[in-house]
Amino acid sequence: MRAIGITKRYGSFLANDGIDLDLYPAEIHALLGENGAGKSTLVKVMYGLIQPSAGELQWMGQKLVLTGPSEARALGIGMVFQHFSLFENLTVAENVALGLAPTESFTAMSERLEETARVYGLPLDPKREVWRLSVGERQRIEIVRMLMQNPKLLILDEPTAVLTPQEADQLFVVLDRLKSEGRAILYISHKLDEVKRLCDTATILRGGKKISTCDPRRETAASLARMMVGAEIGEVKAASGRGVSVPRLVIHQLSLQPDDPHGTHLDQVSLEVRGGEVVGIAGVSGNGQDELFAALSGERLSPSGGAIVIDGLAAGLLGVNERRRMGAAFVPEERLGHGTAPRMKLSENALLTGHAASGMVKHGFVNRPATLATVDRTTETFDVRKAKRDPEALSLSGGNLQKFIVGREILREPGVLVVSQPTWGVDAGAAATIRQALIDLAARGAAVLVVSQDLDELAEIADRIAVMFHGRLSSPLDAADVTREKLGLLMGGAKAGEAPSAEEASHAVGP
Amino acid sequence: MQLALERRAERSTVIAIASPLIAIALTLVTIAVLFAILGKNPIEALDVYFLEPLLDPYSLGEIVVKATPLVMIAIGLSLCYIANIWNIGAEGQFLIGAVTGSWLAVRTNGTDAGHWVLPAMLVLGALGGALYALIPAICKVRFGASEILTSLMLVYVANFGMDYLVRGPWRDPHGLNFPTTAEFDPVATVPTLFEDSRVHAGSLVALAVVMLATVLLGRTIMGFEIRLVGAAPKAARFSGFNADRLVLFTFAVSGALAGLAGIIEVAGPVGHLQPDISPGYGFTAIIVAFLGRLNPIGILIAGLFLALTFIGGENAEIAIKVPLDLTKVFQGILLFYVLACDSLIVYRIRLIGTFRKLAHADV
Repeated sequence: MRAIGITKRYGSFLANDGIDLDLYPAEIHALLGENGAGKSTLVKVMYGLIQPSAGELQWMGQKLVLTGPSEARALGIGMVFQHFSLFENLTVAENVALGLAPTESFTAMSERLEETARVYGLPLDPKREVWRLSVGERQRIEIVRMLMQNPKLLILDEPTAVLTPQEADQLFVVLDRLKSEGRAILYISHKLDEVKRLCDTATILRGGKKISTCDPRRETAASLARMMVGAEIGEVKAASGRGVSVPRLVIHQLSLQPDDPHGTHLDQVSLEVRGGEVVGIAGVSGNGQDELFAALSGERLSPSGGAIVIDGLAAGLLGVNERRRMGAAFVPEERLGHGTAPRMKLSENALLTGHAASGMVKHGFVNRPATLATVDRTTETFDVRKAKRDPEALSLSGGNLQKFIVGREILREPGVLVVSQPTWGVDAGAAATIRQALIDLAARGAAVLVVSQDLDELAEIADRIAVMFHGRLSSPLDAADVTREKLGLLMGGAKAGEAPSAEEASHAVGP
Repeated sequence: MQLALERRAERSTVIAIASPLIAIALTLVTIAVLFAILGKNPIEALDVYFLEPLLDPYSLGEIVVKATPLVMIAIGLSLCYIANIWNIGAEGQFLIGAVTGSWLAVRTNGTDAGHWVLPAMLVLGALGGALYALIPAICKVRFGASEILTSLMLVYVANFGMDYLVRGPWRDPHGLNFPTTAEFDPVATVPTLFEDSRVHAGSLVALAVVMLATVLLGRTIMGFEIRLVGAAPKAARFSGFNADRLVLFTFAVSGALAGLAGIIEVAGPVGHLQPDISPGYGFTAIIVAFLGRLNPIGILIAGLFLALTFIGGENAEIAIKVPLDLTKVFQGILLFYVLACDSLIVYRIRLIGTFRKLAHADV
């Protein structure tokens, strides 16, 4: 497949600007770039989801006009998206059947499904309902569904973002095998070590333009990063001589039933975060992190006040604003719709978490200058780039919006900060800014709890790391002497549910 | 060739203002076609409907009289709708407000009660409307019952309840068996503002409500809560707002405003309680709220416009012999077009298929 001079214009904005890309059989080609570099636009063009404004595609030397994904699939182009399109209440086989052309019987299809899964070493039980499966297993469904169409070109959009290191290794074995079968693979990622390990060729996009096509094995991670970002990324530096003080956030044997039938039951979760330290919670998503965040923020109340203690005061029965007044701050995983109202202005989104505890409201009236001042200060301190002073949240790029969301909480100088997936889908520059800000906040004496799936991130900023699996939390390990393998095993359920040590339990008792 | 809706990157402010105007224009075209089918001259009919009332001072006053309850009710409804809460029963809350307020007028009728009667009636009317509106609100919060159905059905309960009162216990003994209460005393009547016109002090109340709503929505944390719950419920919960409390609040406020409109209508232009005090104000106000873009000033303008359709309808019935029900047809068509045009604010229409290249030329 060749893409020649692909250009996609949205109004005056050039999402893709004359991009050339050649994909060959038996080659894994990496597409590297920050968020907003134009990777998704390009692959959507190649999968027929959107039409290019200019340029053309060639398939086996022939000019190709794709009118939709079904045509792409018929030609032998398959794609696995970052966000799966699966029905939770249907079985694996039913989900696969929905994605295929209805030319064979359901039983024949199920047999072929099992056959394909076995041949490629992707174990799947066709009769299981999807909601019972882990994220890694769900991804297998998507991959197997794609393989059943015998594609000549596979497009994978950040496939390892949701996997444990061990699951990622398994995926790489499968990809190598597909390559040896003569298929072409386009692998989208921003994880440089992965790309260096797996890919034969890499094309780097920045700001909608192609920067270069190179052999990633001959480049260093630093040189790839430079091409991606266009500048050196500052290393995140831990402040030296950071002292750890008293526990400021204590979770004591918190058990909570989910309010959503497919949610995770929190089972005796205990943890303490002391002032001056960053504690990380690792784990594959869907293992209770969302439920834990809701319980910590006060969006869901705990069974008893003492289950959550903030600065020595029982907070388990208090609402989110009362906890904010106690000096706690929260950054949820979902930027649009949870952390912000997408169609509201930034100043209104500053009010969203600031109305209770930041002097933005007097006698029921909103102090508009105060909300705007928060926007300005956040913009300045965290380098939020936006088109005008006070735009709608939706119009910001993911990285800039995340800097705003994290910034608006950090500027309140919280004593306790709980952050979920702080740099999910955020470009490398913004991620570095955010991580540095979290470390600096801890250095000023705050207790920072970071829930993240990204082990590199946790290794970079956390002092201790605990792992969440099936609603249980392991006891935290010292980040200095923990290995990726050990965390990976815990994330996969080995040794899960270690009871907290007696010493820790005695600390955790609330007043 | 196929039409497709495509999401816009930013919502279009131009369309946001133009949308109601486009809707009105499309409605006028449709209604003109309808007149032509009925065998009337469309130009003449539209003239009778929309221009003549504007040229006659008495009709202008009547427009204000009709717009008064429409605007008050629509303001209350807009608070619900902004928060994605669907109070469809304003008609019932209007009637109950009229009844609870009238109770005092009936009780004090013919006594020498002082000037406290009217203010007390207004308070009672608002209270009655609010309490009646809280029934569907509580059902929604406690049992998850759809407020659309419960509030709508309570309209009929209110209607027949009032019917019973004016035909039974509250009927004027000297009223020749007509189903109506006695004419209210002067202390129980909303004063008119001008000679030879029915325009009354209630219109000033409606103006005050418009201004208060503007301040509430634009400047206060309560207004922010209403907008946030409607725009992003999960973010509203994260912001610490309680969605159930807001259901109760918006229903109570919209019920109070509808009830207040009801008692003002009875104590003002009508002068006594009788079954047909409302030509469907509570339902027409839904159209007013949407035509006014759920914005207080917009609602004021939309209220005057819909009032014009009532007056025009009455004119047309006499002048060109078309049924009065045509007004309702007209209002229905208008609501349809308003909602259709609203989708253009967030989406744009695009041709896909054979004309793809053409459509791409302008994006």
